[in-house]
Amino acid sequence: MRLRLDVNGGEREVEAREHESLLTVLRDQLALVGSKDACEQGECGSCSVLMDGELVCSCLVMAGAAAERDIRTVESLGTAERLHPVQQAFVDAGAVQCGFCTPGFVISTVALLRANPEPSDAEIKEALAGNICRCTGYGKILEAVHRAAGEHR
Amino acid sequence: MPVVIARDVDEALAALRVDPKAELLAGGTDFMVEVNFGRKRVDNVIAIDRVRELKEMSIGGRVRIGAGITYSHLLRTGAGSVALAEASRTVGSPQIRNTGTIGGNVATSSPAGDTLPVLAALEATVVLRSSSGERRVRFAEFMTGPKRNTRVHDEIVTAVEWDDAGPWQTFLKVGTRNAMVIAVASLALVVDRTRRRVGVALGSCGPTILRPTEAERFATGLFDEAGWTRPLRLAQSAQIEFGRLVGAAARPIDDVRGTAAYRRQVLSVIGGRALARVGILV
Repeated sequence: MRLRLDVNGGEREVEAREHESLLTVLRDQLALVGSKDACEQGECGSCSVLMDGELVCSCLVMAGAAAERDIRTVESLGTAERLHPVQQAFVDAGAVQCGFCTPGFVISTVALLRANPEPSDAEIKEALAGNICRCTGYGKILEAVHRAAGEHR
Repeated sequence: MPVVIARDVDEALAALRVDPKAELLAGGTDFMVEVNFGRKRVDNVIAIDRVRELKEMSIGGRVRIGAGITYSHLLRTGAGSVALAEASRTVGSPQIRNTGTIGGNVATSSPAGDTLPVLAALEATVVLRSSSGERRVRFAEFMTGPKRNTRVHDEIVTAVEWDDAGPWQTFLKVGTRNAMVIAVASLALVVDRTRRRVGVALGSCGPTILRPTEAERFATGLFDEAGWTRPLRLAQSAQIEFGRLVGAAARPIDDVRGTAAYRRQVLSVIGGRALARVGILV
């Protein structure tokens, strides 16, 4: 099935299986492997992307239904040389252990800070409740979000 | 037509006429899990997440919520029901709430659907449309069992409606986390002080959403006695009795999320708690 998707500001043409998720299209067809493939059921948040500005699990989006949506993956945020302020805050706070969940947390944090530039601990926890860190490094992640919020100001 | 992106309800209905077995895709938060795990054989899909008519809502008086309204949107707008907003906040995570819709919850008809006890307690009506017209059915008659309802193949759930019941209501849910949890048990309580009606409904504790009618009658009696315009200072004995009646109405099973006995106990506790909390509001 030929599909046209709007990914990270550019139109991309891909060949997708009929009911394939956006996540596997991003990873396998477009080599955007920042979005991680873990639970495939919306539980872990490691595949989080922004779709029309809203935080979603790309594993729960059918690629064929995502035409004309503005899809932004973690790759759209920064580069290795110029990290996005949220990415930099995760580095500075040491909020990265194995790193697998980090792209999802970063995207969720970007979405949070757009809606709420100065979140409290409770608000951060609720906003990041859909992202799981199996290294359980939540304390540092909380710190990173506060740092990023400081940068934001 | 592996995936049709419908722009309006008529377009979706036309696609359903072409293939009555086609699956309707709204938020996809249940649907895609089945697809990803190969548990569902899917042929044609009609995506209805861009249908504008399904995203309309009106609040106050006769509340009408379009089937395509997401939980996030319900939270932002107050949902026309305190309990529905509370229930929406307990759904999944921000990611799930941004895509999952109330129409999807209704059409999926899981006994654990978080908004469903609220709709039952509000005595809401489900609006369905097919190419032959519109049909309204009370939620209580719509959902008939676990993931079973009276929607027929050529119909689309377009909205839910109810009479605004005022601010005296709540939704309580018990699970192993505050987020990303399928309810072990849940309960919605509505005390409509204007219409002098108490509605209670239970989730995750039977094949469908249950109404503990004896508990409702008992609570109605308490408000009759205390006066419907006055705060109800719930005596501990009455709280316990109300909880007992709530628990007794459940038809829970033992499963991976909890035992039947635990569910009954939980319902008794949250039932009493809900009545105490809502009762004092005037």
